[in-house]
Amino acid sequence: MIELDCLGQRCPLPVIALARRIRDVAIGEVVRVLADDPAAANDIPAWCRMKQQEYLGSPEADAFEVRRLS
Amino acid sequence: MGVPAGAAAYLDAASAVPLHPVAAEALVAALADGWADPARLYSASRRAQQLREAAQAVFAEALGVRVDEVSLWPSGTAAAQAAVLGGLAGRARRGDTLVHSAIEHSAVLHAAARADAVSVGVDRAGRLDLAEWDRAVSAPGVALAGLISASHEVGTVQPVAAAAAHCAAAGVPLFVDAAQSVGRVPVPPGWSMLSASAHKWGGPPGVGVLVVRKGLRWISPYPQDDLYRPGVPGAVDLPAVVAAAAALRAVLGTAQAEAVRLSALVDRIRDRVAATVPDVEVVGDPVERLPHLVTFSCLYVDGEALLHALDRQGFAVSSGSSCTASTLRPSHVLEAMGVLSHGNVRVSLHHGTTAEEVERFLTVLPGMVENLRREAGM
Repeated sequence: MIELDCLGQRCPLPVIALARRIRDVAIGEVVRVLADDPAAANDIPAWCRMKQQEYLGSPEADAFEVRRLS
Repeated sequence: MGVPAGAAAYLDAASAVPLHPVAAEALVAALADGWADPARLYSASRRAQQLREAAQAVFAEALGVRVDEVSLWPSGTAAAQAAVLGGLAGRARRGDTLVHSAIEHSAVLHAAARADAVSVGVDRAGRLDLAEWDRAVSAPGVALAGLISASHEVGTVQPVAAAAAHCAAAGVPLFVDAAQSVGRVPVPPGWSMLSASAHKWGGPPGVGVLVVRKGLRWISPYPQDDLYRPGVPGAVDLPAVVAAAAALRAVLGTAQAEAVRLSALVDRIRDRVAATVPDVEVVGDPVERLPHLVTFSCLYVDGEALLHALDRQGFAVSSGSSCTASTLRPSHVLEAMGVLSHGNVRVSLHHGTTAEEVERFLTVLPGMVENLRREAGM
């Protein structure tokens, strides 16, 4: 699992970071995004739906996990 | 003579429609003839009173209610908040819970914060969850329910008739915020209170209309005047009210044809944006929607930057993205639907919108989005 520290970044920057860096992990691997922008909790799951990736949830505050499916 | 919209292509009718030419004429005439206090006994006062009664009759006829059920407020927001607060106060013996949809206008949500509020969710298309609504209004202690007639952010028309039936079965009065519908599309019956806003139909800003049906106990949230009439204390802006009524009468005369014309332009926008902009989500129900409003979100795009880029080309649109909001929070409507909130654009059309303006917008948009994505490293 890789972790992206996007704390302090405004949306869409955390989603852009996720889209760029998820290419660096193998299919089936997990990326954890740390983001405290209020839009991240909405936009990271929406990105997963639009780009056919799996949103695994928010295991803790300001952290969001995504599994690469494609 | 109409008043120019101020921008080369003004596409934010859901915020305010440019003043209808008929309203501009009526406003000038009423400034000369409707300045007196309607409550006095001299002839200038009687003229003002006649203008006020004629305007109220227009609103009553348009909304299918009695003239004495109509009251005038300084804005649609004031009317909506008076509905919520007055409805809750009048029903305090029944409870203090307000049930509302998660996609109400923020004006209603701010008023709801004064009550024990229960929010009912919507689906991905932005339509009310009727089963959850039924459970919520049937619970004990519910004083009032509030439902927007159609989403002001994504255009999805709400199931007002079905929601009203659940309210009736539970003995709960329903308030409908009809700001985006009045003057454009009919609002189904079954409600006890309804609010509307003149600058959404081509009237001047600063006129709100509230209907409180007979039989509903409504207690003003404000101190009352000597006449004990429902309404805001103090003088109303009568020339603006006269102009608002003139505009409403004018737009209702052409509403059906305008709805067909604008709905075709919205279909064109929905189709072309989806076809020409990669990674875009056109949100809201494609069919059960307002005729004049369409919203989409572009992945990896800063909504504020896109609004500024469009403004430089002369296009006025609005956005539900957090970076464009004074609160720096994403739109509660987009959140409730679970759709992308960044890179969000709302386009809303009006009587002055032309097919050429829409085509020009559709021509420049893909390149702008592409540029912003490239600048962001995507």
